[in-house]
Amino acid sequence: MSNPQQLRYSKEHEWLSAAEDGVATVGITEFAANALGDVVYAQLPEAGTTVTAGETCGELESTKSVSDLYSPVSGEVTEINEDVVSDPSLVNSAPFEGGWLFKVRVTEEPADLLSADEYAELSAG
Amino acid sequence: MSSTPLRRTALDAVHRALGATMTDFAGWDMPLRYGSERDEHLAVRTRAGLFDLSHMGEITVTGPGSAALLDHALVGDIGAVKTGRARYTMICREDGGILDDLIVYRLHETEYMIVANASNAQVVLDALTERSAGFDAEVRDDRDAYALLAVQGPESPGILKTLTDADLDGLKYYAGLPGTVAGVPALIARTGYTGEDGFELFVAPADAEKLWQALTDAGSAAGLVPCGLSCRDTLRLEAGMPLYGHELSTALTPFDAGLGRVVKFGKEADFVGRAALTEAAARAEQNPPRVLVGLVAEGRRVPRAGYAVVADGQVIGEVTSGAPSPTLGQPIAMAYVDAAHAAPGTPGVGVDIRGTHEPYEVVALPFYRRQK
Repeated sequence: MSNPQQLRYSKEHEWLSAAEDGVATVGITEFAANALGDVVYAQLPEAGTTVTAGETCGELESTKSVSDLYSPVSGEVTEINEDVVSDPSLVNSAPFEGGWLFKVRVTEEPADLLSADEYAELSAG
Repeated sequence: MSSTPLRRTALDAVHRALGATMTDFAGWDMPLRYGSERDEHLAVRTRAGLFDLSHMGEITVTGPGSAALLDHALVGDIGAVKTGRARYTMICREDGGILDDLIVYRLHETEYMIVANASNAQVVLDALTERSAGFDAEVRDDRDAYALLAVQGPESPGILKTLTDADLDGLKYYAGLPGTVAGVPALIARTGYTGEDGFELFVAPADAEKLWQALTDAGSAAGLVPCGLSCRDTLRLEAGMPLYGHELSTALTPFDAGLGRVVKFGKEADFVGRAALTEAAARAEQNPPRVLVGLVAEGRRVPRAGYAVVADGQVIGEVTSGAPSPTLGQPIAMAYVDAAHAAPGTPGVGVDIRGTHEPYEVVALPFYRRQK
């Protein structure tokens, strides 16, 4: 599996796009999606709410387990992916594209976000 | 987690070549899923799935006193099982607590094969050995003698027919006969844990890969796919079948689990647990503490084992197994609930899902029954 070079990654297996007009997109990595198995329910933060880097902001349920969703950055949620809410399997089939989770107007980002290569090393270990 | 290395089945290399996600199950490194567990589940419901179940624990009992021993050691009427047939039964403690649930195959007049859960195989082996004292029968650990492959789903008879001359049409549900499949000697049993028609094939470990490949090739046109333990769990849950460690434990008798029918008081033999089970049967009849029920979610959040079942803010039970049901398209659970809330349609029942009370409908088990 390959992690897109233009994204950055958290140790909790979220990815973050480069911000456009201050707004970045967040999802979970293919590694995380594979580890979860079929995602059947996504509880995402509501638009307008504030999320904090490293804190839980939702949950993803799969057949075998439920996992907390962490925000990789702090900011205000501007939009959630309604396609994922109605069809959570998008998280498995297209984690880096159609399976994105929410968009956030970034106010602060942690210094320890990883590059694609660094994340590949983490998820391989 | 123990530091003991995981045991690998004879099909380990096959699973890895298929890219399976593996998991520790009762000390065995087993395939959890090969791709999407939902797709694997639906394949078994609509076409066919192929499972490696070699972790299951086989124990052979032979000798003239075999039937008498098993009538003493188990709660079922094992002497009444005809040669070539199988029976679902349990082994209990003296206090009536369930040690394991079992399938017993009568292979010959004086030979039975018992299949125990992997997690309990040693316990069952020890109990049978202890209980065999004074009986003219030998208890043999055959866990390493067999690999177990299962073909489950509506297409499984058609697939198997292309590989064997055995009389599959004459092989009833819960029957088993020795035969040859794809040139491999096998005990062919019409049993399973999915709620579908299907077969379980007990073979020598050295033959497992050859049989797996033959079944894969024979089934490809019919849509057979390899299936892991994850979908096995959702299949059995939809079919309302109990899983030891979830619905069954030493703290419960068969009557507490709603499975009192497996206890045969009418048999002549005095059996381990008879006195305690007689009391348990009366208690379940007059004043059942809790009842095993089905729950179907109105929402989409999934109940998990150990979650509290609630009504009017009070805890009235506990979830034993829960999962998103691929067939129903909603989360489902089995749970023990207080008898007052156990009737199907009882209003106001919910599950505490990490602090939120989500509404659930009480339903009769099973959730799914195949059309015959």
